[in-house]
Amino acid sequence: MTRLLELEGVSLSFGGLRALHALDLHVDEHEIVSVIGPNGAGKSTVFNVITGIYEPDGDIRFDGQSIVGRRPHQITRLGIARTFQSLRLFLNMTVKENVKAATYGGTHATPIESMLRLPRARREEREVEATAQDVLSFFGQRLLGYRFNQPAYVLSYANRRRLEIARAMATGARLLLLDEPAAGMNPNETHEITELIGRLRDERGYTILVIEHDMHVVEGISDRVVALDHGEKLTEGGFHEVANHPGVIEAYLGRNPEALQK
Amino acid sequence: MAPIGVDEWVARSGDRRDSGWRGGLSRIDARVGWWPRLLVVGLLAFVYGEFVVGGNVNYAQTGFNVVLYALLALGLNIVVGWAGLLDLGYIAFFGAGAYGYALFSSHAFGNLPLASGGVQLPAVASIPIAVAGVAILGLLIGLVALRLSGDYLAIVTLFVGQAFAEAVNNVAPGTLGGANGLFGLQGFKVGSAEIGSTLGYYWFAVIALLILMALLHLLDTSRTGRAWRAVRDDSLAASAMTIPVNKVKVMAFTFGAIVAALAGTIFAAQQSSVFATNFNAQTLILIYACLVLGGAGSIAGAVLGGVVVTVAQQLLSSPIDSAYLFYGILVIVLIARVRPWRHLGAVVAAIVGLGFAAHAIVGAISHSAVAGSPGSAGWFAGALRHFAIVPRGEPLTYGNILYVAAIIMVIAVVQLKGIRRLIAVVPTVYVGICCWEARLTLDPGITAQIMIGAILIVTMAARPEGLLGSRRVEVI
Repeated sequence: MTRLLELEGVSLSFGGLRALHALDLHVDEHEIVSVIGPNGAGKSTVFNVITGIYEPDGDIRFDGQSIVGRRPHQITRLGIARTFQSLRLFLNMTVKENVKAATYGGTHATPIESMLRLPRARREEREVEATAQDVLSFFGQRLLGYRFNQPAYVLSYANRRRLEIARAMATGARLLLLDEPAAGMNPNETHEITELIGRLRDERGYTILVIEHDMHVVEGISDRVVALDHGEKLTEGGFHEVANHPGVIEAYLGRNPEALQK
Repeated sequence: MAPIGVDEWVARSGDRRDSGWRGGLSRIDARVGWWPRLLVVGLLAFVYGEFVVGGNVNYAQTGFNVVLYALLALGLNIVVGWAGLLDLGYIAFFGAGAYGYALFSSHAFGNLPLASGGVQLPAVASIPIAVAGVAILGLLIGLVALRLSGDYLAIVTLFVGQAFAEAVNNVAPGTLGGANGLFGLQGFKVGSAEIGSTLGYYWFAVIALLILMALLHLLDTSRTGRAWRAVRDDSLAASAMTIPVNKVKVMAFTFGAIVAALAGTIFAAQQSSVFATNFNAQTLILIYACLVLGGAGSIAGAVLGGVVVTVAQQLLSSPIDSAYLFYGILVIVLIARVRPWRHLGAVVAAIVGLGFAAHAIVGAISHSAVAGSPGSAGWFAGALRHFAIVPRGEPLTYGNILYVAAIIMVIAVVQLKGIRRLIAVVPTVYVGICCWEARLTLDPGITAQIMIGAILIVTMAARPEGLLGSRRVEVI
């Protein structure tokens, strides 16, 4: 198996606060890896250093190439796209435009070409349209048809999460970073998102790194689970192995189970 | 068939349209493409220029001003409406375009040793030079402004705008003319033909406007337009979605500057002179008023805003037209806000009754208190002679007191509810009319500002997104 993403000794501090410490993490091609950990463990920070929002110490390689120090849009162009835990859609743009906006890096028509609709601009616009339809159709009827031209702010919470994934897919990425894709969803929708993540890999060939709190989702999708606490890796391995690891139980429940039972 | 969830219901109810005229309009709106709309704009501009102007220089000038402000609002829309950058230095680009054109079309360089008699380039050369120069300026200011956003950007760019006016006023007065400006500019010249009339510039500006509307629409629906709007909505998410935020912002600044500069060259050539005072904060506010009133983010809105603000300003500078505008707005507001009809009838009757009664009583006490003539011209003056109370002479103090009273009463009316509001409306309207006749018509310039402000406030209260803008949310 080839390593698609590899973090080596990644550390990040905010002033005196150590957010990540000497973290090693890797994701193989076509693998689904879950990152778990209590609140404040540094899970979202891992995503932020991978996508270039923060510049860490240590090395991050994507497809063998170091990506530390690159700007977020450059990293996404290389093939890493993310969703946000606190949904960050382009709320005043339509569903379709949200997806199309993410194709910016994959298209090259200059403003002049666009204004005059020169051949390259026309061809790219056709391709972008096809990409948008294709990506949105992956979610069944949810984001199709009459939804295309609705502004994103009218969407329900679950559909906003779907649209965020669609938008990440449209960047042309190979690796998707999903930040709590099941947060705020009802049991039905949670089940659906679990299936969806599996299909993303099986049907579309994505490699996926996912942060999730819902243990049913984590159990259902993960090839491998990585547990973080205080910015350090506690353990990694199969779901049951990690879930029963004493360090993980301690991180979630505290040191003295008897005291909790009172 | 999957069960219909709540969000499905919301979406479908969004699709349901009224069966009344609003529904009909929105159906037409959904079906008609962009170029038939552009055609309508072109047709209206043609009818105005060909049949309405009819050799009347004032009408030609008004038409030209409308198109000029529409152009300026279009450029501002790129920066503010699409990219969401609150650029208060926009006026500098307009001014720089005008001065750029002026330098290459006048005696300005004649004062320097290198070109005696100045430089008079043909329009095909001077316009591109001026526009390209300003585009570079826009690029530089955009680069400087990159690290700023929101209020901070506004403050810094405001300084840039002010600095421009100060600079042309004080730097190199031999060349830029200082407070005297540059005058005697050559008109747009192609070969030996020169645009010589205001109407000619009107046609030139109309063509520029139509081309620009088409180009900007195509740009708006392209990757660049989407990137601008994505950056406006959420720049962090935009950068995570392959969009180079900084480059896109600088591009917006540059494109805005280009449009403003183009408008500047046309303005300078038509006026045949440029002065630093043409590019002050007041003009900037008017351009913003056009965009905000019409609806930021919408091409048609920017143009409509240009029409409404410029026409209102023009009407307000003539006593008879301003009376039409003032009383027209008064009537429209009353009809729109006072329901049902019998309430409206009662309110109007009460206003008329109150006016004549008050006039008669005050007149009986002191004749000189009602001896002045109403400020409105034409038949309004006759109709209002025994209605509005206007003292003899120049009743400044009286008018000022009424003005303050009218504002206080309007605020009170807004606060009141139900029948109390209905009753309070009567004296408010009457005091407003007296104030208008006694004071506001005396200083048309200032009144125009106040009225445009009032129009803006009323429109914004009724439609915060502007006339043709679409509703926008920050966070839901």
